[in-house]
Amino acid sequence: MAGYGINCEEETAFSFRISGADPKIVHINDLITCRGILDSFQVFVFPGGFSYGDDTGSGRALANRIKNNLMDEIKRFIDRDTLMLGICNGFQVMVNIGLIPAIGGFSGREEVSLENNRTSRYECRWVDLAVNRNSCCVFTRGIETLHVPVAHGEGNFYAPPAVLDSILAGDLVALSYVKPDGTPAGGEFPYNPNGSALDIASICGGNGRIMGMMPHPERGIFFNQRDDWTFLRDKHARNGSPVPEFSDGIAIFKNAVDYFK
Amino acid sequence: MQAAYRIDVYKTIDDPRSHVLKDRLNRLGFTVDAVHIADSYLINSKFNDRDINRIAEMLTNPVTQGYIVNKPFSRMDFDYALEIGYLPGVTDNVAHTVRESIEDLLKIDLDPEKSVFTATTYFFKGLRSSDEALRIGMELHNPLIQRISLKSVGDYAATGGMDNFIPVVEIHENQDADVVDLDVSEEELALMAKQGIKDPDGSRRGPLALDMASMNVIKDYFIGREKRNPTDVELESIAQTWSEHCKHTIFSAELDDIKDGIYRRYIKEATMRIRREKGHGDFCVSVFEDNSGGIEFDDEFIISDKVETHNSPSALDPFGGAITGIVGVNRDAIGFGMAAKPVANRYGFCFASPFDESPLFRDRKAESKLLSPRRIMEGVIHGVNVGGNQSGIPTPQGFVYFDERYKGKPLVFVGTVGLLPKVVNGKASVKKKAMPGDLVVMIGGRVGRDGIHGATFSSEALTSGSPAAAVQIGDPITQKKLSDAVVKEARDLGLYNSITDNGAGGLSCSVAEMARESGGFEVDLDRVPLKYHGLSPWQVWVSESQERMTLAVPESKIVQFGELMKKRGVECTVIGRFNDSGRGVVTSRGRKIFDLEMDFLHNGLPRKKLGSVSPKRDNAHPVFAEPSDINGVLLDMISRLNTASFEFISSQYDHEVQGNSVIKPVQGKGRVNGNVSVIRPVLGSRKGVVLSHGLYPSYSDIDTYWMAACSIDTAVRNAVSAGARLERLAILDNFCWCDSNNPERLGELKNAAMACYDISVAYGTPFISGKDSMFNDFRGYGPDFNEIMISVPPTLLISSIGVIEDISFCQTLDFKFPGDFVYIIGTTRNELGGSEYLAYSGERISGKKYTGNDVPRVYPGEFLRSYSAVEKAIGKGLLSSSLSLERGGLAVALCRSAMGGLLGFEIELSRLPADGVARTDGLLFSESQGRLLVSVSPDRAGEFEAVFSGLAFEKIGTVTSGRVAIKGPDGKYVAETGVSKLNEAYRSTFKGF
Repeated sequence: MAGYGINCEEETAFSFRISGADPKIVHINDLITCRGILDSFQVFVFPGGFSYGDDTGSGRALANRIKNNLMDEIKRFIDRDTLMLGICNGFQVMVNIGLIPAIGGFSGREEVSLENNRTSRYECRWVDLAVNRNSCCVFTRGIETLHVPVAHGEGNFYAPPAVLDSILAGDLVALSYVKPDGTPAGGEFPYNPNGSALDIASICGGNGRIMGMMPHPERGIFFNQRDDWTFLRDKHARNGSPVPEFSDGIAIFKNAVDYFK
Repeated sequence: MQAAYRIDVYKTIDDPRSHVLKDRLNRLGFTVDAVHIADSYLINSKFNDRDINRIAEMLTNPVTQGYIVNKPFSRMDFDYALEIGYLPGVTDNVAHTVRESIEDLLKIDLDPEKSVFTATTYFFKGLRSSDEALRIGMELHNPLIQRISLKSVGDYAATGGMDNFIPVVEIHENQDADVVDLDVSEEELALMAKQGIKDPDGSRRGPLALDMASMNVIKDYFIGREKRNPTDVELESIAQTWSEHCKHTIFSAELDDIKDGIYRRYIKEATMRIRREKGHGDFCVSVFEDNSGGIEFDDEFIISDKVETHNSPSALDPFGGAITGIVGVNRDAIGFGMAAKPVANRYGFCFASPFDESPLFRDRKAESKLLSPRRIMEGVIHGVNVGGNQSGIPTPQGFVYFDERYKGKPLVFVGTVGLLPKVVNGKASVKKKAMPGDLVVMIGGRVGRDGIHGATFSSEALTSGSPAAAVQIGDPITQKKLSDAVVKEARDLGLYNSITDNGAGGLSCSVAEMARESGGFEVDLDRVPLKYHGLSPWQVWVSESQERMTLAVPESKIVQFGELMKKRGVECTVIGRFNDSGRGVVTSRGRKIFDLEMDFLHNGLPRKKLGSVSPKRDNAHPVFAEPSDINGVLLDMISRLNTASFEFISSQYDHEVQGNSVIKPVQGKGRVNGNVSVIRPVLGSRKGVVLSHGLYPSYSDIDTYWMAACSIDTAVRNAVSAGARLERLAILDNFCWCDSNNPERLGELKNAAMACYDISVAYGTPFISGKDSMFNDFRGYGPDFNEIMISVPPTLLISSIGVIEDISFCQTLDFKFPGDFVYIIGTTRNELGGSEYLAYSGERISGKKYTGNDVPRVYPGEFLRSYSAVEKAIGKGLLSSSLSLERGGLAVALCRSAMGGLLGFEIELSRLPADGVARTDGLLFSESQGRLLVSVSPDRAGEFEAVFSGLAFEKIGTVTSGRVAIKGPDGKYVAETGVSKLNEAYRSTFKGF
């Protein structure tokens, strides 16, 4: 989906394309006027960006536009055997629509929130993530860790205690922030870049078919996109090992494509 | 006017914004114990109870927020409530979003001028007095664009909360064009030029900023040729078109014996000569003629670049000035050729020290106090943050530079790189031409009174008369919608023949510029969509309201174009038609209010004749003893304002969006700010674009020729250090001069321009775009209301841009493996003049910077040989780290590579290739150009040395696992420390920011 300040649609579509999908970028206004477009697709992505400039809270205004105009289409889409992914601002939009975690099923009611970063500032930096192996999330299958960037001002995950309990009980946490050595970030900046409760970077719902994540896997699909690639390249060169072409982020998109194989 | 509804949305859980604000206020000395921040929406329309509650719910996240409608806030105890809202007419982006959301929710239309406004309300606990609350208000708002209202808790309770005041615009300008009598005395003509056209009430409208020669030419044209007096619309329009800002009158003036002016002689001629000499290797595609300059990227794409300044607006409203600067220069990419997609932003800020708190005043009144350097710095940084991040354009490349002479006027450089297919809809994309008969179409934002006189105002020094109307706030999302609709859809459908930006001078400049392509135009001002009613015709015509582009759309395509814009939420209006009549005609309310020969408008401006004198600068080399504690000096030298980490800026600017980042703004495990970035604008391609810059204002105090030469050398060398190829490298110039009516300043300008020619030709790096800003002076009053004039040091920013064949060979600055050999490339000379080290030493010893005389020089032949060897070494993968030496010389470079890799180094200064440098501090801190610091794996040292054989280079030591040790020329240790100590110092300076 594109429009109103969404801005990561091209690199997200590119990531799907090189993973074997046939993505289309569709403007939200076209989704509203031409009903039924979604019926022919298997994966729906809310890409990252700055929809409506984060006015009235990140993701809120675009969520309102969807609530006011597209709810039937979205419901029909997730009722099929489909996947849905929200990245960064897309995650914020999904949360404001109530698409995840949707603990008792999708009711259109917000259950969790992505608050201002604890630094109260936009943070663009690379983070390390650990995959929750007990999660049924489709997108993280077979992955253990991810090194990808975050870039957001409001990514501080919050859930009321009862909701948080349900999230943990249902193993709905998909990704959490860790230190480079793999131990939990424990809320410590910059490993946990925003102050998220329990270092939560991503949650899933819909039996693992719906995922929202603050980090940007589409910005970390190639080796040369990494923040440490010149070091790793030289290390490979000295060990005589080949330099890889791809990096961690691509696995998220490959998993989505593989789901339909 | 009062709104019918006030909705306050407050947090029901702990709010990080409150904590950060409280800490900041405590640091500034305020006694705040707690603060709560509420978002306030003032809505003025009739709703039933159910609907107003639906609206409030829509604005509230029920998980973490609550709301109240028309009720006082009672969630926490507080002493004072402070509301900050906008002044009438100031862009309120949140209100715009809320209005659209309400319209979408209730499927109704609301009055765009009067229905929705927003404010922020702060509730403070722990303040000692209303005076303290008021001072917090001063800290949090800018009186030029915002208003505050303060209530004590008692007041708040008694009046039932804050008032529902809404800043509706109420202006009643003359709706007709006035005729201006030019048949007046020379004195009156001069006054009109300086202070503006006189209104009936005797007040002046703001500077036309024309000189007397121009005023007389205009008078002759109207009285002699048109046989009438001009209207105000015509006069304002000519002033915009002829402004220094638009026409670069000083750069094109005849200067001394340079008949064709320094721009043609030195800048343009350099590019023409380089292109001739390159022959088939010429990679320039479009230079100096469009909104950006363009070079070839690959067989399919062109890459464009443009760097602008937004100094005067940023001095008044740092946030608004910076955001409109960055979003404005984005339009220089969108307005390049048939519309390039912005793929990277650049920034560069010159400020006074944020720790300088002594005030300056615009007038002899306390209320006319300038914003402090800290406020200016915070606002500017935040403006580029919002502008760049919200637009989805990565901002990898930038710098900050500090000097006390930027206190009256900061310099705010902003640039945008664009990507354009060579062929669009079957035609060459850089050729565009408005055809006679095409419709004049304006898309994007609406027109208000903002930005009036921006172009003429930036051509003047900043004084108390500086118009606040020149201030404006950007709306990145409106522009993002426009940009996407044009670059991603309309362009490739071939729906228009030409496009340009509405920047300085607004419609008056954009329409007149495009009409050169067709030969004339007719515009009906009544059709121009306005933000609010009551503007005068001349204001509509010259307003610089943001986020607008002008296009030439053929009649046959207008329906399709209009429908596309509508579907994308972009306002689109036909305002006239291009023709080939040779005249420009503007009508309003059925009357002709502007009717000029195109030729006069564009070519009537009389060329200035200027004379310069040779600048005389003599700063004897300061004599001082060599410091005994080099360790301490080292730590001081990497924590200077000009050398310390500014990661807090880099990490708040999104440099990863679009996925194109290759070499990032902070490098290595240790996250050290680099001086060069690389992006990959076409995902999946091996090719990259390298971006860097060079800037040495302190050298201007000695010799502007070498200042300019060093800036070019550094911009080029930085790019080479990351993997650029010289044969595919171009440069851009931004001159920010001062007091340019002063012949000595003109002499300095001439010398700098001469160096631009000499060095760019020697390097074969053509200028592809440039901009100048000639009056960066402040005239006002100091702390005791003593009269004061502060001029910025003559500042030249050279930006470099080049194409990298294969990004996988790029290299970063960080040392990578202990045991690697450390090499220096290039010769160290006695060149401490204007250096950071002399400035530091002077401050340390006498409390005032030293300048010295031995300014670094550029030796193109010698340097070029080194650079092509570096290219070769990088191409063979021989370098394990690569950093070009800048401010602070070898010592600072060593520390940066070490901190970047979280490793140390042990080096011997006796091995350094040097030319007559005796002292240790000279060897460590000389800023001799042409030098790079690299590390090499011992296995490959032989190959490396073979590549450099015959050149000035030397192995000076090895990389260690953390220990830092320097042996002086006599073989004794002069410094011993560790990388963690360095890191601590490097990060200490901006810790609180």
